[in-house]
Amino acid sequence: MADSSRTYAYVVLLAPALIAIALFFFVPVLAAFVLSFTDFDIYALGNIGVARFVGFRNYLQLFQDPLFWQALRNTIYFLLVGGPLSIAVSLGTALLLNAKLVRLKALFRFLYFAPVVTTLVAVAVVWRFIYHPRFGILNFLLSLIGINPVDWLGDPHWAMPAIILLAVWKGFGYNMIIFIAGLQNIPTSLYEAASIDGAGGWHRFRYITLPMLAPTTLFITVITMIGYFQLFAEPYVMTQGGPLNSTLSIVLLMYQQGFRWWNMGYSAAVAFVLFLLILLVSLVQNRLQRRAAH
Amino acid sequence: MRLARGLTVHLLIVLLAVITMAPLVWMVVASFMANGEASAFPPPFIPKQPTLDQYVQLFTRLNLSRYLLNSAFLSVAVTFISLVINSMAGYAFAKYRFAGRDGIFKLLIASMIIPAQVTMLPLFLMLNKMGLVNTYFGVIIPGMAGIFGIFLIRQYALSIPDSLIEAARIDGAGDFRIYWSLILPLCKPILVTLAIFTFMGTWNDFLWPLIVMTDDSMYTLPVALANLSGEHVQDTELMMAGSVMTVMPVLTVFMVLQKYYLSGIMAGGVKE
Repeated sequence: MADSSRTYAYVVLLAPALIAIALFFFVPVLAAFVLSFTDFDIYALGNIGVARFVGFRNYLQLFQDPLFWQALRNTIYFLLVGGPLSIAVSLGTALLLNAKLVRLKALFRFLYFAPVVTTLVAVAVVWRFIYHPRFGILNFLLSLIGINPVDWLGDPHWAMPAIILLAVWKGFGYNMIIFIAGLQNIPTSLYEAASIDGAGGWHRFRYITLPMLAPTTLFITVITMIGYFQLFAEPYVMTQGGPLNSTLSIVLLMYQQGFRWWNMGYSAAVAFVLFLLILLVSLVQNRLQRRAAH
Repeated sequence: MRLARGLTVHLLIVLLAVITMAPLVWMVVASFMANGEASAFPPPFIPKQPTLDQYVQLFTRLNLSRYLLNSAFLSVAVTFISLVINSMAGYAFAKYRFAGRDGIFKLLIASMIIPAQVTMLPLFLMLNKMGLVNTYFGVIIPGMAGIFGIFLIRQYALSIPDSLIEAARIDGAGDFRIYWSLILPLCKPILVTLAIFTFMGTWNDFLWPLIVMTDDSMYTLPVALANLSGEHVQDTELMMAGSVMTVMPVLTVFMVLQKYYLSGIMAGGVKE
């Protein structure tokens, strides 16, 4: 341990990081909070003196804005359907890759993980063509089993499922890696003991694997939900929030209000609602974790 | 029985791999097709006459080299700068004792819960005031220091024995000498991991560059691609080539340095 009475080197070591984080993270967070109580708009952009405090008006307006409720509903739909689906696929692939008899594990792990590192915008562009109503691969494959073409991104009922499918494909490899690590931490002696007791595959999974994976699953659920709350690039590239606002997400609404219409006060209120939702999820997780620890 | 199970599992695994890779493979294949070739039913899976036309167009007509350069420069700059700044702070948090250390560190960790989107409106206004909108600094400045990076390096540096640092001090090395010639080399694995994370994160980032880069010539690849895909809805093959150019650099980095990247996910996965 360096002797701090002799040296203040730590000040120099810390200063760049702490100043940068304070100036370009903490100050903007506080400023966003203040901003959400003003009517900051395009005129204030030129002359900040024009902006006035309006109290809770932005928030009140928000809760009366059908577009906001739509964005919230869409985001929660995305999260409640896409999140569990993505986690289930991650767990399934992790179990498959963890099976003793599987060959070429490293290769398959790489293939499953590849979409995670790709650029979201680029693969969203690719998937837009996969979903093409006339020439897309998806409708071609469906036609082979006699299903009529679906206008995936043009139909308000199908646009969000299409975005969910892309998100699951893009992201499942990430949680899969964490699940594999969790699976490898389960002592094999547990399985051996269960086998001696005559437990079958399903029972071993139900009474050993799942409970032993519970902390991992909780962690994964929370990071997945936080990530899914921030849905933006998929609808921005594929649907621009349409059709009929069926894929408008909270962050997309924030972006449109703030940087297209320059309603920055209003947009800041949207951003803070997003923050509160994410905070809520984390608090619930904290509770659950503490309960599990007891 | 055992054989049958093995076959089923392998069948499943291969099928899943095919489904996972299909969109990426199709992207590459279609990028070698001639204009309009992919818009047919049934969709063609092999180019009739493989051509580099789309790539030539990207570089001659669409200014792709500029976007490529922007993305490459920004990703390298952010990675390098943040690595230095984060490692300094991570080391200080791990190996110095000073008033408020644990309090500051806890505050930083707790604030990781705040989504970056919250900062974007004021950050834009600040950078606008400073005249940094639509400049490289607009992307570099918010990426200079990162709490997650500081955290990763601190955790790693904690495992460095104090006796090593003491020995270096007795040999007459100063604080910065110790940081540069002892700590940094010892932290190499986590630095490589963090470098890959930062590089890929900056390369793939979309929302912030979309906001802060307002002029076409400053676009990064994802911003340019999103913009082009709006204008060239019908040019499937061209857009596939653009996607290939955007995805390939990060995919290559990952392929080469897979080990470090995956170990970073694990390190992040044991945050609690």
